[in-house]
Amino acid sequence: MKKIAEILKTSLQEVHEASDINSLDSVRVMYVGKKGKFTLSLRLLGSLSDKERPAAGEEINKAKSAFMKAVSLRKAELETIALDEILKQNSIDVTLDGYASSRGGRHPISLARLRIEEIFKDAGYEIKSGPEIEDDFHNFTALNIPENHPARAMHDTFYLNNGNLLRTHTSPVQIRSLLIQGAPIRIIAPGRVYRCDSDQTHTPMFHQVEGLVIDKGVSFANLKAVLHEFVACFFGKEVELRFRPSYFPFTEPSAEVDVLWGTDKWLEILGCGMVHPNVLINAGVDPEIYSGYAFGMGIERLAMLKYQVDDLRVFFENDISFLRQFN
Amino acid sequence: MKFSESWLREIIDINLSPEELSAKLTMIGHEVDSIEIDGGGLEGILIAEIISYKKHPDADRLNLCQVTTNGEDRISIVCGAPNVREGMKSILALPGKTLPNGLKLEKSKIRGIESFGMLCSAAEVGLGLDSDGIMDFPQDAKVGTSLIDYLKLPDRIIDLDLTPNRGDCFSVLGIARDLAGTCKENIKYKFDISNKSSAKVEYSIKTPFPDLCPRLVAQAIINIDNKALTPMWMVEKLRKSGIRSINPVVDITNFVMIELGQPLHAYDLSKVNGTIIPRFAKKDEHLVLLDESEVELEKDTVVITDDSGPIGMAGIMGGLSTSVSLSTTSVLFEAAYWPTEVMAGVARRYGMHTDASLRFERGVDPKIQRIAVNRACELLLSVCGGDASKVTDIKNEDYLPKNKSIKLTSDRLERVLGHKIDCSKISEILIRLNFKIQENKNDWQISVPSYRFDLQIEDDLIEEVARIYGFDKIPELTEVSSRSLSLSSDDLKNIDKIANHLCTRDYQEVITYSFIDDDINTLITGKQSELGLANPLSKDMSTMRGSIWPGLLNVASRNIARQMDRVRLFEIGKIFKNTDEGHQEIEQVAGLIMGPLRGEHWSEKSINVNFYDIKGDLESILILDTLENEFEFEPHNHASLQQGQSAKLLLNGLKIGSVGKLHPVLAKKFSIKRDVYLFELNIISANPHVSLKVKPISKYPLIRRDISFTVKKDIKAADIIKSIKFIEPEIIQSIKVFDIFEGNNIEEGLKSIALGLILQEKSRTLTDTVADEIISKTVILLEKKFFAKLRD
Repeated sequence: MKKIAEILKTSLQEVHEASDINSLDSVRVMYVGKKGKFTLSLRLLGSLSDKERPAAGEEINKAKSAFMKAVSLRKAELETIALDEILKQNSIDVTLDGYASSRGGRHPISLARLRIEEIFKDAGYEIKSGPEIEDDFHNFTALNIPENHPARAMHDTFYLNNGNLLRTHTSPVQIRSLLIQGAPIRIIAPGRVYRCDSDQTHTPMFHQVEGLVIDKGVSFANLKAVLHEFVACFFGKEVELRFRPSYFPFTEPSAEVDVLWGTDKWLEILGCGMVHPNVLINAGVDPEIYSGYAFGMGIERLAMLKYQVDDLRVFFENDISFLRQFN
Repeated sequence: MKFSESWLREIIDINLSPEELSAKLTMIGHEVDSIEIDGGGLEGILIAEIISYKKHPDADRLNLCQVTTNGEDRISIVCGAPNVREGMKSILALPGKTLPNGLKLEKSKIRGIESFGMLCSAAEVGLGLDSDGIMDFPQDAKVGTSLIDYLKLPDRIIDLDLTPNRGDCFSVLGIARDLAGTCKENIKYKFDISNKSSAKVEYSIKTPFPDLCPRLVAQAIINIDNKALTPMWMVEKLRKSGIRSINPVVDITNFVMIELGQPLHAYDLSKVNGTIIPRFAKKDEHLVLLDESEVELEKDTVVITDDSGPIGMAGIMGGLSTSVSLSTTSVLFEAAYWPTEVMAGVARRYGMHTDASLRFERGVDPKIQRIAVNRACELLLSVCGGDASKVTDIKNEDYLPKNKSIKLTSDRLERVLGHKIDCSKISEILIRLNFKIQENKNDWQISVPSYRFDLQIEDDLIEEVARIYGFDKIPELTEVSSRSLSLSSDDLKNIDKIANHLCTRDYQEVITYSFIDDDINTLITGKQSELGLANPLSKDMSTMRGSIWPGLLNVASRNIARQMDRVRLFEIGKIFKNTDEGHQEIEQVAGLIMGPLRGEHWSEKSINVNFYDIKGDLESILILDTLENEFEFEPHNHASLQQGQSAKLLLNGLKIGSVGKLHPVLAKKFSIKRDVYLFELNIISANPHVSLKVKPISKYPLIRRDISFTVKKDIKAADIIKSIKFIEPEIIQSIKVFDIFEGNNIEEGLKSIALGLILQEKSRTLTDTVADEIISKTVILLEKKFFAKLRD
């Protein structure tokens, strides 16, 4: 029976060498077809003795099934090769641009504002807004800035022909919100403000965010903590702040806050203070029961620092090439 | 407020380095704008005397000077200054010296004649701006003295950014007083109100209106030497405060103002007619001021008058007619207390801003007037000699600020600051600030000095204590209050939702000014704005915008000029309208597109945007609200849009937006050559606060039926769809136009429309019979209502 082993060896060799489906099929026919070598060997079994037959038969069947297994493996192999060949024809240049991938983007002032809102919203502040055309009462008088107060001169107010004015700060939202909902209150109010001033560091319109917290037992120490946390969050790093005594008619004590930029440069970033008792009284809140703090910051100023923009005016030139960098 | 460090240290000898001093001033609330070295790098420059001079033979404007720095040797100097004279004391820089402006001196020939140094002007050595001639020193300047010894240089100039509540700090004395609150050193300044003079001088001064002028102090000096020069130390102090020396009388008034904070006026007594009286100006009164400008006085302006009429604007500027000059020999110094209510805003109304008005608007010490006049007289007598009269001091205590007594409790202080400060420390601060205190166990009854009129209530005193104690020493303390969840701000969320949506549709957000050119506003909105600014910065920012479009068009135009051909912009902001009930602010989103629909791409030919692109963008915003079905578009004639390509957007019959193609005439106005499409949408009204109600969905199969027909060209698709929908609203789920065209084999004046109807029952399978019925009803409706002809 040396012969069967021989046949199997040759047949496996031929299966391996078949280079396509057709030649593989010819090999198959050559061995297991009607006149195939294994088929013939099986037929010859009859000529063997009863004793020899079972062992010989088993050997042939084993060889045959080994052959068939090899054929089917080879067939799968050849099919994969053939498919790969077809798929290769369908190759495309995957480095070309995809369709309609371009997208617009928010203005950097909006991005900075959104970040500020997000930080304070997480800390439980409500977001409020107020009118941009204001009256004297809400913009000045109620904020403890009576007529002819020298602080008014600092505000460079735009007046309308109808006697109203464009709000010079977002602080009137303090008064409006307090008059509507009273204390306790915890709000921020972002928005456009206007001052009659235009040069390298001033634009006649800019954006502020006002903050106001009134509750029982709110203190200057709380104000220091919240602003420190805010500034660190906004710039995404630990910062050193300096609270410098200053003056706003609507806060007492008042402070301006500088942030240490680099190693030795203090940059002013916002104004703040404890709400002046007169403001609380003007808004119908009892200063003997409630106290609170307020702060106001220029969004442009913060955005300039965050995005390292050195000229304020570019924010309003709206050059698309500039704006796209923020997308 | 500008002054020299050395002047401050004369009044308070504070033991701090310049850097420490600067930090200290800032941290007690007087922000140091700058602190700069004055007169540095002047070593080796000497006082020299011009012995003789003659004209340069080859140059008209040059002189050949013989100067000396030791009284014996002569040095030849070629000098171009117009003010050289024999015996003049000036300054000489020798070859080898580098001047502060970087000029290195060398021995040189000027037009053929050698010059061994340079006589310098103030500007050339960095001591002011005067470059009209070489420095001219008094005769007592000793030849050969070095300039830095003579002028006590270098010094530092401190420039403070003072807050408007601290009128008391607009003087070197005021700053020193405030510094004294923070340190152990005391003020060295001693007030002098002794009055030894009693020359008989005729002058008359009255204040019949004590509400306008509750205190008026005056003193005259006669027989002064009008050839005398201002002493160098005073010229220098004034220079460092940014004030030019004029003559001794004027210099002294300026000096006293910077030193003590009280503005003074000096009259040439011989030019005053009769009695000096402050009063309100009368109608049609005029005044020529010191600077020779003429003002027409308003009725509520306080003026100083004599028998001839106004001779000065109270607290702002004196008049020319009575001003001192080089020939003046008799002077009347006058110092008034003008209440801040009287002064506030007056100078501004005249477009004026003077050192005097700055101080009076913020308030001066009501007790300093006599001291200031006395100081001025004493200085004038020492510089120009003469005889002083008695002092006239008229005051009406009823109209002068009263000394306030304010109670401070340690309890409130701790509550406001969130930090406990030792009572002994508080007392110490209050005393150092020169407050008179009556100390009890946990509170203080405090009487503040007359110059601290800014302190009115307990919280003001808390700030005083905190400021001197140091804001930096108050620890941070995170709040532990309960915080409720925020309810509102849906509108704001919507605004950002719309903005982010437009970004994904390739729109770039811009922010433009809320005020625009009045004419442009009228052109775009078709209406004259009634919200004009009374004081616009310029014409192109003169009225509150009635539309965001002009802003977008300007941005587009600017970007086109910068070679941007595809522009897609939006802005969210307010527009402003005037109505019968007053003005209205409406939150809007507006967009602009022009140029290629998509960025250049290898797969397709570039096509430009059209009406339906921008309308699709607008519709996609409406879908954000899940209320799209409530909206309707109707053809619309908009002032700035092209007729036939513009629509208005209605919500429940109310107009809330527009969309369309910019009128070509307007495009030209903004120098835009391509087609521009615009939309605008009111945000708040587009978002009524309606909660979404989910409708049940059907599980049964749907059937699609298509109908194709021709109708007259001007029939609107939306009208057809609305009518069909009405046939069986429960079953007709949607109707879409899937094809529309004109021309080809379609009759002139008609168009072909193909509709796809999606039909579905809610609770059972829709049968073909029902579907057929609906379609035949549709056909009948199309034929009857729209005169449509069915196509095969």
